[in-house]
Amino acid sequence: MDVPTRKLKTAYRLMKTIREFEERMRSEYQQGKLPGFIHIYRNQEAVAVAACLDMTNEDYIASTHRGHGHCIAKGCEIEAMLLELACKEDGLCNGKGGSMHIADMSKGMLGANAIVGGGPPIAAGAALTAKTLGNGAVSMAFIGDGASDQGTVAESLNLAVVLQLPMIFMYENNRYAEFTKSPKPDGRIAERAGAFGMPAEVVDGSDFFAMYDACQQAITRGREGGGPTAIEAVCNRYYGHFEGDPQAYRDQDELAQERAVSDPIPRFLADPRAAALSAESIAEIDAAILSEIDRGFEVTYAAADPTPDKLYTDVYIHYEGRLR
Amino acid sequence: MKMSIREAINQTLHQEMARDERVIVLGEDVASDQGGVYGITEGLPAKFGVHRVIDTPITESAIVGAAGGAALTGLRPVAELMFVDFLGVCLDQILNQIAKFRYMFGGQARTPVVIRTMIGAGTGTGPQHSQILYPLLAAIPGIKVVTPANAADAKGLLTTAIRDDDPVIFCEHKALYMDECEVPEGEYLLPFGQARTAVQGSDITIVGMSRTAVIAEQAAAQLAQKGVSAEVIDLRTLSPLDESTILESLAKTGRLVVVDESNPYCSMASEIAGLAVEQGFDTLDAPVKRITSPHTPVPATPCLEAEYVPNVARVVTAVEETLAY
Ligand SMILES: Cc1ncc(C[n+]2csc(CCOP(=O)(O)OP(=O)(O)O)c2C)c(N)n1
Ligand SMILES: [Mg+2]
Repeated sequence: MDVPTRKLKTAYRLMKTIREFEERMRSEYQQGKLPGFIHIYRNQEAVAVAACLDMTNEDYIASTHRGHGHCIAKGCEIEAMLLELACKEDGLCNGKGGSMHIADMSKGMLGANAIVGGGPPIAAGAALTAKTLGNGAVSMAFIGDGASDQGTVAESLNLAVVLQLPMIFMYENNRYAEFTKSPKPDGRIAERAGAFGMPAEVVDGSDFFAMYDACQQAITRGREGGGPTAIEAVCNRYYGHFEGDPQAYRDQDELAQERAVSDPIPRFLADPRAAALSAESIAEIDAAILSEIDRGFEVTYAAADPTPDKLYTDVYIHYEGRLR
Repeated sequence: MKMSIREAINQTLHQEMARDERVIVLGEDVASDQGGVYGITEGLPAKFGVHRVIDTPITESAIVGAAGGAALTGLRPVAELMFVDFLGVCLDQILNQIAKFRYMFGGQARTPVVIRTMIGAGTGTGPQHSQILYPLLAAIPGIKVVTPANAADAKGLLTTAIRDDDPVIFCEHKALYMDECEVPEGEYLLPFGQARTAVQGSDITIVGMSRTAVIAEQAAAQLAQKGVSAEVIDLRTLSPLDESTILESLAKTGRLVVVDESNPYCSMASEIAGLAVEQGFDTLDAPVKRITSPHTPVPATPCLEAEYVPNVARVVTAVEETLAY
């Protein structure tokens, strides 16, 4: 499959944006400049970007606690994201959601989720909207290997098959859930999803091109009324579960090796299918990314915290009762 | 010995697992080397083996439900529901199953299960990781709800919880884990349904639980400097509720402020205000004041989260207003 140069550029730009964005976030977080818990997506960038590359703002994704990459891939603005991650008034969620609940309805990004397994039923609902309206949209749930065991996921798989929903179950099997190594061999997750009665395949999650191929098929199937698809993207969690977790529980040699072989960005650039990207255009993209991130942080640190009265806004659209 | 709540819980789990081999621990990451995110189960798998300290998949319904089923059939499981917010995932097993076995099976069942869970705001983790929810649990007949505010109580109450034949939900406030105090050595049990009078006083009664008991104590210290003698009652267990200690204190002081981190409607604060009005009406010299969090989710925003939770200043003001009534 040939990928048009325009798409190649976008794919590279998005993967690199996620990488640079999060590396900068980590260092700011380590200096105590960002609140809450953050979960870094490094080395899984090809999954989000391949998954969302052929989506529009009319398509939906439901994300996870490790959601920065999903947001960027789905088109969320860097500055608005940073404002949210710093919990500022002008953030995507007015600073009330933070990293684990960041959402952008205008982009079809239905929220990160601090409840493991919280997303798939929501994505199924969005797929039901698309099917009911007949608008050709699709809906995707990102699901960790750990989350794959959750009852909500099984129920959503079943519902998607029963209702033939235009839905994609995008499993990101990074082989770890918090501090515990996955007891499941690679492929077991896809096998389980397939048993519900949908096409399911295992894909190398650090190979952008393989991922893009699988996602295009799944999205086309959904748009054409062919029902749900499951993809198990096998990938690597580069850093600890959350920022600050030194991963002492991992075999350090194995980790070093996994980190090297599963970095999707050099793999993308080394692929002959990316040859159309010139060194100059890459340099140009890289420079633009860095300046966008710099600008985002500048704006963020100058931005105002929400005023105390904001605690009481947006609990309801309309409420006759008292909030305090 | 001086230790933190975190250490007291860890020590109690060690002691009870050593004492009774039917005690098992199960939950997400409980058998990891660091003993979960807060190190509560540290050292247990090495000591008791992974057949008794069981890492589960991320499946709260099955964790809690299986703990209930194992309890029903002879084990004494201590299940970990990492954050009380995940109650949303497993509520059926608590509400419709575990809590009701004894009654609906006509007294045949014994369900000695403990569900340890982490409650409260203060870590900037937002709406789905910061809730209190104990009023929701305390409203369910058939389960007991425990909310220790210091390390000694954590040890005494957890020991009792593990040896209790009824289901117990043990709520650990995440902002208190590192708080230290003297903890009795060896076996230490505290009865349920007995509040602790943390500070003796005569002008006004302040009732708190979990973190708000600590806040109430701090408020009492400030008030003492202003010449106000506040009595502080730490409920320790919400169900069963020690009504007599509250009412006796109220009879002495005639004034009541309740501090509760829950949302205001149907809160513990409302329950205690109701108790005071119903059974302590004649002793009340002023309206009861409830200091709670607002009727909103917990924002991730640190500055709004600080605004959200009850604090010492709000308690002091409420006390002064009540005294001025
Ligand atoms: C219902 C629920 N249970 C447990 C947790 C705590 N928790 C947060 S992330 C996580 C591990 C998730 O692992 P996985 O799904 O593989 O995603 P990854 O972190 O690898 O991206 C756990 C147990 C939670 N947030 N929600
Ligand atoms: Mg994982």
